[in-house]
Amino acid sequence: MSTIEARGLRKTFKNTIALDGVDLRVEEGRILGLIGPNGAGKSTLLNCVLGLIPFQGELNVIGLDPWRARDRLMREVCFIADVAVLPRWMRVWQAVDYVEGVHPRFDRAKADAFLARTQIKKTSRVRELSKGMVTQLHLALVMAIDAKLLVLDEPTLGLDLLFRKQFYESLLNDYFDRTRTIIVTTHQVEEIQQILTDMMFIDRGKIALSCSMEDFESRYVELTARPDSVAEAQALKPIHERQILGRTILLYDGVERGRLAPLGDVRTPSIADLFVATMGDRQPAQGAAA
Amino acid sequence: MSTVTNTDSLGPGVQGVRVQTASRTRPFYWSLRREIWEHRAIYVAPLAVAGLVLLGYLIRLSRLPQTVRHAATLPWWKQYLELALPFAMGMAAVLVTGVIVGVFYCIGALGNERRDRSILFWKSLPVSDLTTVLAKATIPMVVIPVVVTMVALLVQFVMLAAAIGALAASGSGTQLLWSHWSFPHMSLTLIYLVVTGTLWYAPIYGWLLMVSAWARRMTFLWAVLTPIGLAVVERIAFDTNYVGSLIRYRLKGFVDLAFVEPPHNTTTIDPAALMTPAHFFGSPGLWLGLVVAVAFVAAAVWLRRGREAA
Repeated sequence: MSTIEARGLRKTFKNTIALDGVDLRVEEGRILGLIGPNGAGKSTLLNCVLGLIPFQGELNVIGLDPWRARDRLMREVCFIADVAVLPRWMRVWQAVDYVEGVHPRFDRAKADAFLARTQIKKTSRVRELSKGMVTQLHLALVMAIDAKLLVLDEPTLGLDLLFRKQFYESLLNDYFDRTRTIIVTTHQVEEIQQILTDMMFIDRGKIALSCSMEDFESRYVELTARPDSVAEAQALKPIHERQILGRTILLYDGVERGRLAPLGDVRTPSIADLFVATMGDRQPAQGAAA
Repeated sequence: MSTVTNTDSLGPGVQGVRVQTASRTRPFYWSLRREIWEHRAIYVAPLAVAGLVLLGYLIRLSRLPQTVRHAATLPWWKQYLELALPFAMGMAAVLVTGVIVGVFYCIGALGNERRDRSILFWKSLPVSDLTTVLAKATIPMVVIPVVVTMVALLVQFVMLAAAIGALAASGSGTQLLWSHWSFPHMSLTLIYLVVTGTLWYAPIYGWLLMVSAWARRMTFLWAVLTPIGLAVVERIAFDTNYVGSLIRYRLKGFVDLAFVEPPHNTTTIDPAALMTPAHFFGSPGLWLGLVVAVAFVAAAVWLRRGREAA
């Protein structure tokens, strides 16, 4: 059973088309990275999936129509919008009590155990916590919920490197178990490339590219060409070419590594490289891999 | 549609789990608790005003025995002012505080969560918009009235104990006090006043909740200036005053419906004898108001569902 299934999903705001006929299928146990420039429609897509806004077209999340059954859907789905949405007046124990009181799948012992490993005091108010601690608190609440789908919309925005690393490590080690599905958007693509099973580029309300990470690794190759073989490398139709410190770096789609290896150093590109290659030309100022 | 068949085949088991867990969680109860956590003014403000009332009354008490000794020389209304009015004023101060707290609560209730984006947290939990808005409407329509009733009763009780103590200590009798004031009658009046006032003002709370769910900013101005603006435009355009009198009727009308004026030949004022519940509960204005209140709250639910965080 697919966790998410969308067909012809459309969403318009006044004069702008935020989602322009998105077809999407996310299977159980996948970790999908949703990548796109600002304003591409990532958050709109997630808001539709979470039942926060109405939409046109067909959308099924765990067998439910999100707009019509948000409260039922939220028993199976968790989301962290970004670090700043926990109510600032709330005390830590109140947040835990409240979620325990309203969520049938919340395991209080798990949340308490996670919080015990942090510096967070139960009596603190959210506004007294550092940004990193607020994220830890939110993560503690979410990871204690036995959900089928976890949606993370820029979950680590504004956090320092250590907290970001810790965040994804906790997520992988303590939470993800192959029966859950995770969707994540982030501008720090390179940090999550290792944990993704699938990736999707979204641009101007459309899915520009969608593939599994295995496909990604077998399809795309990056070549740092030796100076004397640049012309030969260019003849193999790279999809992108850039110059760094006088060396030419070329990106190929579906060219065998064996053919490229003699021309220089071959490696798997980062998602960020591919993103810049496919979308950077049109919107140079808004790279997702900032 | 493989998903549908999958769900169906899991049907009975899933259903069983749902029923079991649904009884364990209490979304409405916890939504209410969280409102009280956030808005401590709900009980702090009436208690603070109660403290001030008691402080004022303690100072006044030093004059009480003297007043009672000279009472025979005073007209009945002067006796009433000296002995019973402080009780009524103490009660009124607590009740008015409750209304003010309720009004400000409603103005922020559905707008603040959008402005600070915490709505994204609330909506990430399995609590429907209906449950959330009903919990928020319950605060000014049930919780605050119950709180102010209890605080006002407490104030009455402490004032009474202090008065009896002061009179006994000075050797004056409490007879005169009882002739102007009765604890059961005052309590009955208090409860009646709170119930009728809350029911009468329900559409105002509903209106404020709806505006709070709708307005992006300046909720208070939208809530207050919209009706005033309508009244002014009507007055200028048609030389009529339907909107204006409707507002005045809703703000002040309930006292005329719920109480009668004291008779002219009276020798004291017993508010419990002036209550006219049949008149109040039989008035179409009350029931129309309640229908409008339900409509406003329903609109607030609808607005919260579709509104996005700022």
